Amino acid sequence: MTTVQQGTTAADALAAAHTYAARGAALSKVYGDGDTRVVALDAVDVEFRRGQFTAIMGPSGSGKSTLMHCMAGLDSLTSGRAWIGETEISALDDKGLTRLRRDKVGFIFQAFNLLPTLTALENITLPMDIAGRTPDQAWLDGVIDAVGLRERLRHRPTELSGGQQQRVACARALASRPDIIFADEPTGNLDSRSGASVLSFLRTSVREMGQTVVMVTHDPSAASYADRVLFLADGRIVDEMAAPTADRVLERMKAFDTAGRGATGVI
Amino acid sequence: MWRTTWRSLMAHKLRLAFSGLAIVLGVAFVAGTMIFTDTLNRTFTALFESTAADVSVEPAAAFEEGVNGPSGTTAHLPSALVEQVRAVDGVAGAEGYVQTEGVYVLDRDGDVLDTGGAPGVGVSWFDDRDLSPSELTDGRAPARDGEVALDQATAEEIGYTVGDRVTLLTPGPRIEAEVVGIFTFGEDGGLAGASLTAFELGTAQTLLGLGDGFTGINVLAADGVSHDELRSRVAAAVGRDYDVTTAQEQADEQSAALEEGLSFITVLLTAFAGIALFVGSFIILNTFSMLVAQRTRELALLRALGAGRGQVTRSVLTEALVMGLLGSTLGLLGGFGIASALRALFGSFGLTLDGNLVLSAGTIAWSYAVGVVVTLVAAYLPARRAAATPPVAAMRDDHVAAERSLRRRTLTGSVLAAVGGGALTTSLLADGGGAAQLVGFGGLSLVLAAIALSPVLARPFARSVGAILPRMWGTTGHLARENAQRNPRRTAATASALMVGLALVTAFSILGASTNASVDKLIGTSLRADYVVSTAVGQPFTPEIADRLRAIDEVDAITQERFGQAMLDGQGTLLAAVDPATLDSTVLLDYVDGSSAGLLGRGLVVDEPTADSHGWDVGDTVEMVTATGDTAQLTVGGIFTANQVIAPAVVSLETFTVTGGAELDRYVFVDVADGAGTASVRSAIETAIDPYAVVTLKDRDEFAGEQKGQVDQILMLINALLVLSVLIAVLGIVNTLAMSVLERTREVGLLRAIGMTRAQLRRMVRLESVLISVYGSVLGLGLGALIGVGLSRALSDQGISELVVPGGRLVLFLAIGAVIGVLAAVWPARRAARMQVLDAIATT
Repeated sequence: MTTVQQGTTAADALAAAHTYAARGAALSKVYGDGDTRVVALDAVDVEFRRGQFTAIMGPSGSGKSTLMHCMAGLDSLTSGRAWIGETEISALDDKGLTRLRRDKVGFIFQAFNLLPTLTALENITLPMDIAGRTPDQAWLDGVIDAVGLRERLRHRPTELSGGQQQRVACARALASRPDIIFADEPTGNLDSRSGASVLSFLRTSVREMGQTVVMVTHDPSAASYADRVLFLADGRIVDEMAAPTADRVLERMKAFDTAGRGATGVI
Repeated sequence: MWRTTWRSLMAHKLRLAFSGLAIVLGVAFVAGTMIFTDTLNRTFTALFESTAADVSVEPAAAFEEGVNGPSGTTAHLPSALVEQVRAVDGVAGAEGYVQTEGVYVLDRDGDVLDTGGAPGVGVSWFDDRDLSPSELTDGRAPARDGEVALDQATAEEIGYTVGDRVTLLTPGPRIEAEVVGIFTFGEDGGLAGASLTAFELGTAQTLLGLGDGFTGINVLAADGVSHDELRSRVAAAVGRDYDVTTAQEQADEQSAALEEGLSFITVLLTAFAGIALFVGSFIILNTFSMLVAQRTRELALLRALGAGRGQVTRSVLTEALVMGLLGSTLGLLGGFGIASALRALFGSFGLTLDGNLVLSAGTIAWSYAVGVVVTLVAAYLPARRAAATPPVAAMRDDHVAAERSLRRRTLTGSVLAAVGGGALTTSLLADGGGAAQLVGFGGLSLVLAAIALSPVLARPFARSVGAILPRMWGTTGHLARENAQRNPRRTAATASALMVGLALVTAFSILGASTNASVDKLIGTSLRADYVVSTAVGQPFTPEIADRLRAIDEVDAITQERFGQAMLDGQGTLLAAVDPATLDSTVLLDYVDGSSAGLLGRGLVVDEPTADSHGWDVGDTVEMVTATGDTAQLTVGGIFTANQVIAPAVVSLETFTVTGGAELDRYVFVDVADGAGTASVRSAIETAIDPYAVVTLKDRDEFAGEQKGQVDQILMLINALLVLSVLIAVLGIVNTLAMSVLERTREVGLLRAIGMTRAQLRRMVRLESVLISVYGSVLGLGLGALIGVGLSRALSDQGISELVVPGGRLVLFLAIGAVIGVLAAVWPARRAARMQVLDAIATT
């Protein structure tokens, strides 16, 4: 993580951008003040290497969603700096952030990912349509085939199953070839089979298309699809695991539970 | 956590405020209309109720006269009759009086005070103060020739005080007098703009040429004698030649006549109150549907915890009841504001309404009935739906209420449209008076059909016309179009408010334009006279003017025209009287049969519709009864095409006078010799009429302009009401959009998250709004055009010979519709754009 702190000049930022799709330095997020003061992020340094699939895990209230929202330009930081590619997002205004999300970031939410008034295909190309750009047809075809939705492109979201809807959301996130895709519990609402197909697709997009994916999840088996897992607790990154398996992740999470109980003195 | 709670509370508050505002507005429009109508009634009742007497005696009228119709009679009571009445047992006092129209006060420049169409009335001063409706505020009563008292409003307006000398125009000579007193009239001291001049009795009698006669007697009842009883006794004493009425009967008669006279305004106001009520109800329903939908989970939780359906429904209804009561109270207050605004509006047209606004029990009852009942109904429907939702279904994240079928709407709407279309088509083929009623019925059916069908038509409209949106604005346009057709019922209901308002205005615009074109054509073809001398509003004036004009060398022919009411074979008709010898050289009637010579002797010429309705032919004998009760046998001597310049039935001046018609002219048509210098003739005529400030000289163009001016004034009034209906329509659209934005909070969040800019979001809301408002405008314009054309055709026998559809004006209306959409979207769009992305995504 030392590289991050050094990467503050323009040249360094450019060099860092080659290696990292996104990174953050001393990210802090504080809600409220006085008695109601809550530190959601506490000086977090983090980086996401290009072509890597990262899972962020942690107990409820650990700050994992806040970290993702701040890195994605959905939420503002109390202090610290964050970059996506070579763009420092902590310096952008609303307009700049909007453009950044549109052009450089892909999103997959837990639910309500699609506009009910648009067909699957229209949903997939929506960010590019908003930007007024023409999609790269060959890439688009590849993405559509990869998610296996060619037959369903003319359907509206209400005519699709939950798994299909999430795959449309994945396709949308990928279609504009963003620097990074943020997924917020993408399988939280799906049964295990549908969830598995979405996760496999995300892994494929990283392995075969060179995408960078950051996924927040609380499901150890979902995390096992990632290349590495970051563990958050109390607004800090407390551990990191490479080549995770579901069992190892589960073990690590159990340790949190015990530590948590010890800390709060419940047992 | 605290922040989210606060925010949700604020959002909830806003929603509550919205439904509250909806109730307030709906009630305010209904209450405002009612208060204004009551005030209008009260003012006019005070104006016509010229007596403080318990019972009054007047010359018998052969039939009821309308308020608007000139009576045109000089019937009077002999002075001996007063003594006869005084002698009746139970009479505490009786005094004869004289009252006449056509008395005008001139200001210091010698001009007639503009009464905005209200009459200038002259009265005799009552010696018995108990019998007088007037009360002195300054000076003393007029006691001799050359003294007058003026009503306070008139005196103040001109700036006369006691001691000033004034010039007065009367039906007889022009006179000079000294102001010796100022008085107020009736309970409110108001006269709806009319001026009132009081004379000493003998002077008034002389002015009217009544000798020692009166135009009426006021009678006061002795203690213990009821008005009805007194009326019977007096009636028995004076015989059948006189009408004896109690104060109550007079008031009733006058208000009945008034209702007839003001029916046009009342119908319009009621129509707009109806729109207000419709939009108000819709906003309330809309808001409560949303409120309940937002609370579905809360309600479902209650159900899951064991609350019964009834309990859930009741909890929503209680909330609605409280809001309905609160909203109605505020709405009633708002109604005063609206009534004041309407009064100011009418004041600017010269119709002054004095005194306080009238708040009747009926207004209060209706306001609360509308506010509370509509709110309860509006809350009940969604509450019942919410209560019927199974708890489990409502707890699910994506619970969406099933869209109800539009089949019943389609069916009802189609039947109504067929009925309305049929009635309109039939009216085009039908002749005579039934056509207008058919158009009215057909128009109403079509409006209802359009309201029923508008959700069905909303989707095809959005798809076809809305197709330009994606082409012009890409994805934002595409999304706007899709959003507009998501809830066709709501879109349609929102558009309907604008539709009804614009339909009314369009119909009247077509009628107005057609009328104006007809007036132009009529005056172009039938007015041969070079000049017309008349007052601005058809008030009577002395025939001395015609005599003076006749004396001018260059003047070829003069036709005096007088008006009266008469029964022809038992049917009341407006009657005109003209000089048969000069008629053809001043007003050219298009005779189907006979000629102007048919007026000679006891001749009668009538227009075609009148002849048709009676089945009269030239040579038939018709019995005429005038307002004075005089009768005459007339011979039909001509039938002409209906003509706005003249009445449906015409007799000679001689016949008119013999049957009791007043010798007062309403119009004088002047034909100038060919080749005479225009400027010199005009100045000669102007010199001749100069002493008579009440009349003005108009050439043909000016006369046409004056005639059209009346139509334009009505159009102005309608346009002013359009502003009101547009205002309510805007509120309806704002409400719908705000609701939609709230409902689609998560969509807005998603769009922002994946890169839609605030400007794009605002445009999306704006385009949806414009699509809705243009939809309403198009429906309204279409409906209005059908009704307007139907109405113009139906009234073709009333002299609307031309059919003009004012294209420019209709395009303007459409443009206004689009602008309304833009304006209505301002606030909801800003709200949508201001949403924080994270909050929007997090909203569940």
